[in-house]
Amino acid sequence: MTSSRRLTIAMTTMPNNRKNPKVGLFVTCLADMFRPSVAFATVKLLEASGCVVEVPEKQTCCGQPAYNSGDKATTADIARQTIEAFDGYEYVVGPSGSCIGMLHYYPEVFSDDDPWKQRALDLKARSYEITQFLTDIVNFEQINAAFEGTITYHDSCSGLRQLGVKDQPRKLLSKVENLTLNEMEEAETCCGFGGTFCVKYPDISNRMVSNKTQYISDSGASTLVGGDLGCLLNMAGKLKREGKQIEARHIVEILADMTDTPAIGEAEYELAKAL
Amino acid sequence: MSRAEILGNIRQGLGRQEATAEQRDKALARIAAHKATIIPKRSQLDRKGQIELFREMASGAAAELIDLNELAELPSAVSTWLKQHDFKSLVSASDACLNELDWSPLGDIQREQRIAQSGDVASLTTSMAGIAETGTLMLYSRPESPTTLNFLPDCHLVLLKESDIVGSYEDAWNLVRQNNPKQMPRTVNMITGPSRSADIGQKLQMGAHGPCVLVIFILKDG
Amino acid sequence: MQIKSPNFKENARIALHNVELQEALGQFKYGFPVNRANAIKRLPEFDDLRDEARDLKNHIIENLDIYLEQFESKVIENGGHVHWCRTGDDANKAILDICKQVNAKTVTKGKSMVSEEINLNDYLEKNGVQPVETDLGEYILQLRDDHPSHIIAPAIHLNVNDVSETFHKHHKRPKTEDPQALMKEAREVLRKQFVSADVGITGANFLVAETGSSIIVTNEGNGDLTQTLPKTHIVITSIEKVVPTLEDMSLFLRLLARSATGQEFTVYNTLSTGPKREDDQDGPENFHVVLVDNGRSEMVGSEFQDMLRCIRCSSCMNHCPVYGAVGGHSYGWVYPGPMGSVLTPKMIGIDKAAHLPNASTSCGKCEEVCPVRIPLPKLMRHWREKEFEKHLTPKAVRFGIASWAFFAKRPAIYRWLSRGSAWFISTLAGKKGRLKKLPLAGGWTDWRDMPAPQGKTFMDQWKAKQKAGE
Repeated sequence: MTSSRRLTIAMTTMPNNRKNPKVGLFVTCLADMFRPSVAFATVKLLEASGCVVEVPEKQTCCGQPAYNSGDKATTADIARQTIEAFDGYEYVVGPSGSCIGMLHYYPEVFSDDDPWKQRALDLKARSYEITQFLTDIVNFEQINAAFEGTITYHDSCSGLRQLGVKDQPRKLLSKVENLTLNEMEEAETCCGFGGTFCVKYPDISNRMVSNKTQYISDSGASTLVGGDLGCLLNMAGKLKREGKQIEARHIVEILADMTDTPAIGEAEYELAKAL
Repeated sequence: MSRAEILGNIRQGLGRQEATAEQRDKALARIAAHKATIIPKRSQLDRKGQIELFREMASGAAAELIDLNELAELPSAVSTWLKQHDFKSLVSASDACLNELDWSPLGDIQREQRIAQSGDVASLTTSMAGIAETGTLMLYSRPESPTTLNFLPDCHLVLLKESDIVGSYEDAWNLVRQNNPKQMPRTVNMITGPSRSADIGQKLQMGAHGPCVLVIFILKDG
Repeated sequence: MQIKSPNFKENARIALHNVELQEALGQFKYGFPVNRANAIKRLPEFDDLRDEARDLKNHIIENLDIYLEQFESKVIENGGHVHWCRTGDDANKAILDICKQVNAKTVTKGKSMVSEEINLNDYLEKNGVQPVETDLGEYILQLRDDHPSHIIAPAIHLNVNDVSETFHKHHKRPKTEDPQALMKEAREVLRKQFVSADVGITGANFLVAETGSSIIVTNEGNGDLTQTLPKTHIVITSIEKVVPTLEDMSLFLRLLARSATGQEFTVYNTLSTGPKREDDQDGPENFHVVLVDNGRSEMVGSEFQDMLRCIRCSSCMNHCPVYGAVGGHSYGWVYPGPMGSVLTPKMIGIDKAAHLPNASTSCGKCEEVCPVRIPLPKLMRHWREKEFEKHLTPKAVRFGIASWAFFAKRPAIYRWLSRGSAWFISTLAGKKGRLKKLPLAGGWTDWRDMPAPQGKTFMDQWKAKQKAGE
């Protein structure tokens, strides 16, 4: 089906309270490439909450690199592609406040008289970050997970300030058996990742992530948990470089009780044990 | 012509020509109405509450508060304070309510009525209002109360009548308008505690350029 | 002030290695931001005030010409003068003319960022008028031939020792490192200047159309002495500072101190209206308002219009993690931090200031704390769009975006690229789980390890599972 034909079909799949909603998983590039276990954990949680999960083939990146570089044309191209890929799903859910936040920016990419504007608004209305979706939309309470240890939680910027993700992850984590949460100082301060920022201004980014790893280690936690892989790769990479014995994991791995895979940037356990 | 260019640019940006009579009248009517926006609840109190809040906020801003039961106590209270600090002179505003008092309790302390000069250690003025919301004094320039008295001396002593304490800034602006129906005074001062600065090594110090000490003599309602 | 914004990267590198600056910045984040948070806790209406302030500023901009003309007519009615200045040069000339009219040799100055913007001090000095900064921080900087690194705490980058050395050198008095003694010393020295100056120049936080008044907000009382003692008072300010009424001004005052230093109210909020009255014993005989445009009127109706709401509280920079890392001088011009990253490109050109709106993670903290709710990250992104449209974006970045976009727009080969990259990096990492070095990713691996991908991509694994009928 060509895009112009698709355009003529009204696609107003607004959220409803029907059981077993059909959810399109927004995988996100980093989960796809770096940490598939995060996407699998997301699927597991969505299915446990009664959703039917599909993974649309036509999705790629949310377009954030173009958007943040001021390339409006490319952003619009990718927005159209993503809107089409997720046509027909009641909800679009992903394990990243940043990428879902980008989907929420799509309406700004199109002018008011552009028919894509309405479709972008429609996509925005049904797109959710995973902890937000579980807590605010499907009211999922049956967390069946245990985690031995003390964690600290980093609030990633887009999730926190754009989408209002703050209490949801904490509420879900409070249901994990044996888990203790020690809040760090400045949990809401940016870790310095910022997409291309960390490679365009590496030494400033380094100062920011160094502050962060200090707060993380001051919290006394043995595991850093967050909701965005970009931030987690940044902080985990710094923790490892500093030789700190603190692991980093995406929140869905803990909530889905899928912590048998090595933490971010960690070696295989067998190898670690052998060393 | 800068004026025409600036106004022209603004109008171009707003997508219109010079404002229509209607647009102008609307804006001017808004000015004439000078309605208050949001007044915080905490300044909307009964008299007792306003007085308490003023005291709390003014002390919080490092002002020194001294209570007076009647106005006649002011000269001796001022005298006691000046002697405690070993000050030998006072430069004073010349409001009638101050001039009517018996200043003999000052003894050898010299009391002058003039504008302040560099080197003056202490000044005494009255105040139009105390604003409870933030413990702020409002004073304005008049022939009897030159503005230099409020800034040049090391210590500023101010008389405030409890009955002149109001809740919010808006209440105080209405008093300024009432007292000066034709024109605003040259200077209106809102003063909240003594002068301070943290410009040296981020360490807060009192007494940068204005008075190092602000003393408020609060006169109880009769 | 010499423009150093094009060297932002180098400025930042130097700042990051400046131990004393880093100490000062480390201390700074426990000051204003903490005080602000506490002040807000005591004012439950704070967020409602912010909404109201945003709407009021928008109303003012929609009627800016009307309010400015009304302000002007009130100033004239009160016996004062208004000078409209399109450019910095116009403003400098207007001020010098006034100084010449009254044969001024020295002028005292209250703190004014607009005067920094137009290089007023240099101009006056070159033309035989000696300006003396009286804000303590600005005074220290003037002695050191330095510039503000923050819009309300200009000497934030200096420590007590720096001030001690400077005062010792210039005041020729015994050296002290006691901040109280240092301040007393400055108080004594500046008192003579206050009393003897021919002209006092202050800025303005707001201009009131209702009364033709200007208001300054200070903690030190320097601005008050500056505008009371000399025979001539000049207010240098910019066109977006006008508000309709005293009540409207009060709304902004409630937000300003709390957002800036976290005080409930600044010590001195002083309203000046025209020259002294006939019977007044003190006060200036002449009152001038120099209204500077310097690019602002062009922002009306543009994508940067929201920036005209700014009340210069500094909250955005106080909370900005980038400002907190590199300090104000790195930005290379007058206005640092997020508000500077939006204003500077407008005033010196995006070609010179391109780094500023780019050196942001778009974390959104600035917008979160802005008392007038300026969408600063969005405005910074608009500058990136302008930069991209003008083909000013560095070639490597453009090439990177174009190549990535080629794949991102083609899902099938995007899969192939992800698969290849995941395989490549995880193979390099072997079983270590992370890399110390990665080709073409030095910006990352110079400072931190690169966690390795787990292996196969999710999309491949998912497809395989679907096929296997799981």
